[in-house]
Order: sequence, then C-alpha cells, then structure tokens
Amino acid sequence: MKKIISIALAALLALTVLVSCGKTEGSSVSTDGSTSMEKVIGALGEKFQADNKGVTFTYNPTGSGSGITAVAEGRCDIGLSSRALKDSEKAQGLTETILALDGIAIVVNPANAVEDLTLDEIAKICTGEITNWKDVGGADGEIVLIGREAGSGTRDGFESITGTKDTCKYRQELTSTGDVITTVAGNANAIGYASLASVKDSVKALRVGGVTPTEDTVKDGSYVVQRPFVLVTKSDKKLSDTAQKFFDYVTSSAAADVIAKAGAVAIH
Amino acid sequence: MRERKRNKKRLFEDAVHGVFLLLGLVTVGCVLLITVYLVISGIPAIREIGLVDFLFGKAWASTAAEPAYGILPFILTSIYGTAGAIVLGVPIGFLTAVWLAKVAKPAVRSVIESAVSLLAGIPSVVYGLVGMLILVPGIRKLFNVPDGASLLAAIIVLAIMILPSIVKVSLTALEAVPKEYEDASLALGATPTETYFRVSVPAAKSGIAAAVVLGVGRAIGEAMAVMMVAGNVPNLPDSLFQSVCFLTTAVAKEMSYSSGLQRQALFSIALVLFLFIMLINAALNFFLKRDKEK
Repeated sequence: MKKIISIALAALLALTVLVSCGKTEGSSVSTDGSTSMEKVIGALGEKFQADNKGVTFTYNPTGSGSGITAVAEGRCDIGLSSRALKDSEKAQGLTETILALDGIAIVVNPANAVEDLTLDEIAKICTGEITNWKDVGGADGEIVLIGREAGSGTRDGFESITGTKDTCKYRQELTSTGDVITTVAGNANAIGYASLASVKDSVKALRVGGVTPTEDTVKDGSYVVQRPFVLVTKSDKKLSDTAQKFFDYVTSSAAADVIAKAGAVAIH
Repeated sequence: MRERKRNKKRLFEDAVHGVFLLLGLVTVGCVLLITVYLVISGIPAIREIGLVDFLFGKAWASTAAEPAYGILPFILTSIYGTAGAIVLGVPIGFLTAVWLAKVAKPAVRSVIESAVSLLAGIPSVVYGLVGMLILVPGIRKLFNVPDGASLLAAIIVLAIMILPSIVKVSLTALEAVPKEYEDASLALGATPTETYFRVSVPAAKSGIAAAVVLGVGRAIGEAMAVMMVAGNVPNLPDSLFQSVCFLTTAVAKEMSYSSGLQRQALFSIALVLFLFIMLINAALNFFLKRDKEK
C-alpha cells in the first residue's frame, strides 16, 4: 500500500514538471519555415516587436517544406516558404501571399576571371556538359559545382530556373548558404549559388546574360535567377489579432525599407 | 509516538525508492520509445520501396521527379569510412597507449593524457570546421584534385576523433595486466620491448579489442564533422577523392526539408544505422564480458 502511495507521489511530482511547460497564449506571432528568409523575417520581427511592446515574435528556421507543414498542422501562425506553393499544398487549404522577391546569385571565387555567364551556360555547367572554366572564358581548371542538399528551397529555385532539375552533377552538397559561400571562397575553381541577400565580399556574384544581380534588376525581372518569398496561411482559419497585425505590417509599404535593408526586394 | 516516527521514516524511504524506480524507468523507457518509434517509422518506407531495392539500390535521388531510394552508397561509404578511420587511427592510438602505459615518464604521461582527454572533449563541429578550412583545401593542393571534400578527408577527421577512446580504453586494459607477468618475462631474459608486445599486449587483448569496437561505434555514428568535409553527394565510394555521403549525413542533411516517402525513407536509413550500432554494441559487450570472465 505504502509503495503504491510512494509511486503515486513520485508520478505526481513528475507530472508537475510536465505541466509547467504548457503553451502560453497571448500576444505572440509564431513563424516557421524557410532558412533563406531568416534575414528578412528576422528584421521584420525585430521591428514589429520594437513597435508593439509586449508582443513576442518567434521564428523557427526549419525549411520551406517544414514551414508549410507546420502551418497546415496549426503549429505556427504563418508559414514561410521560399518557393511558390505546389497545387497539392494549395489543395490542403493554404493561401500564399508573396512578401518579397529574392535573387539567387551565382557565385564564384574572386580569383576567377569569368564575369558573365548565360543561363544556358550555367545549365550546361550544372549538367556536366561544360567541365572546364576555359570553355566559358576563364583560366584552365576543372569546374567544381557546389550546391545545396535535396529539398533546399534555394536548390529548388535554382534548378527550376535553370531547367536542370534532378540533373545537376554536384561535387558537394552543403546544408547552408553560409557553407556554400565559405567553400566557394576557398576554392578558385568553385561555382555555387546563394541567396543574393547573403552574398559577401569573399565571393563574386556573376552577371547572368549581361545583367548584374541587384535589387532593381530582380524587381523589374531582368535578372532571371530569382524566386518569391511567400507567407503561407490557412484559408479557412482567421489569424489571431496579433498575427493579423503582423501580417498587415509586413505586407504594407512601411515594411519595404526593412525588407530592402535585409537584402530582398519588397513588392508591396 | 515512536511508532509514528518510524512510519514517517518508512514513508520517506518508500518515496525515495519510488523516485529512483521512476528515474530508472525513464531511462529504459527512452530506449524502448526510440527503438519502437524507429522501427514503426522505418518499416513503411522499406515495405514500399522493397528491402532489396532499398538496401542494394545504387542510386539515391529522393526529390527527383522519379525518386530513387537506394542506400547502398551510404552503407558502403559508412563501412569504408569507418574501416579507413580504424586503419589510420588504431595503430596510432594503440601505440600511444603502449608508450604511455609502459615507457613514458610520469610527468610526460600526465601531460599527454590530459591532451588526449581534451581531444575527446572537443565538439565534433569544431573538428568539422578545422577539417573544412584546413584539411579540405590541403587535400586539394596536395593531391592536385579539383576539390578536397572527399572520403579521404572524412577518414582523416574520423581517425582523429576516435583516437581518445582507443587510447584510453587500451591504456586501461594494459594497466590491468598484472605486473608479475612482465617481471617474469623480464627475468627470463626478454627485452622490455619484447615483454610489451609478447606479454602485456596479448594479456590485454580483449580490452584492446573493446577499444577498437568503441572506435568503430564512434566513427559510424558521427554526423556533424563528416557532413562538413565529405561533400555529401550520394556517390558510390569508388575512390578516396570521391565526394560521398554517410548513413548519418544522409539523414541529417535531408531531414529538415523532407516530406512524405522521402521522410519515411530517412527513418529507414536511421533504422539501418541503428541496427549497425546495435551490432557494434553487442560485439563490445561480448569483448568486455570475455575480459571479465578471465
């Protein structure tokens, strides 16, 4: 009998620990999704929190696919995707709102003499038809293609724009934009792709078909390697007041400055 | 009055026992939960893909329009990578242990031992980072290959990472050899070196075997450091300079973006890895038990 009481007591004790991590309802906005959107959504969240005291903003960098799943399952208010929704996802009752546009920069080592490639040349480099830099006007050296892992939004964006889906012959598949930039910066023959917003001086962004990747060329569409940053919401469920306020703010012209500072191109 | 005090004491004792029991159950529960979860989530994809196609398929293209889920490249890479790390790491670690146990002066020994402990404490991401910034460019220049991220880079990183466990476990085993054995050998006229390798090492051999198995376990389960230096392209490992993907990295790199059958297949890979590690643990237990029975 005593033993049973003691076990029951212990179990009760253990339960109190679990209870304390219950969800706190209140004025909070949770976002979940694309790692490429980290800079943009982080800056927006910070500004929103500064303007609205007592509001908590959370961002869970899990990837576009996970973000879309999270919003569909109701685990976050707004999902973040760095690709347009697929039809199958829209059929689940999800709505997309384009927040901004992001150029995908084609980056090479600064020591590389090549400045300009056409979309066709990029595609041929990816599929392995062109394997040496001298074939595209550079020095003699085997091209090393650095890409992202299967499922990455940036990879998906890059491969669908260049028409090389599933046919890219990568030398390395890395799991973050930062890794791609570090690797390209360390290898004179490397070529990779990264979100325009995260390109640093350690690598050189190429012109594509003669167009330099900048905010203006992305916005007017002349720089073709670009993709949308999408806010994903449920069509049939209303956002909480705070989440709606956040949604209205980020899609207003007031947020355009913040988005631009974070390196993407605002369209509202 | 006295009776009540005793009762109170008993109640307290029982409560403490209850807490211990609960904590014990938590540990066992975790193992069971993970095992059951892995099996349940790993089986459906294997069923759908087919066990033979899954284990022996040579192509992995999980997000392609016509997806292929063959994990032979990952399995072979994990086996080759681990074997390579053992081939490189065991001689170094083992000889270090012999030297530390038998030859080194106490002062030198304490310095080296703390250095080895420190090596064990370095987070794997740091190994990966150093490998990415020094080893990978180094291999590229030294062997004049287009890119240094390769099976070789992963093997070197893993070999360094398993050194501490090999050194420490071998050291313990060598120290457990009774001094009388060595004294007898020396008295019979054997040189110290002969004594170390003909008497001490054979006497400690099951402990040394356990060290090797422990090293294998560490190498096959490592993900982070390997992900940063191996290139992660699912190629069959037919050359040391090939960019390759291990069982661990295959799961780690795709999990965050995966969905549907792809995600299930990742669980199946984890299940395969889990079985590998169970086998290694069983081997370890076998060696340790044999050691004890002697």
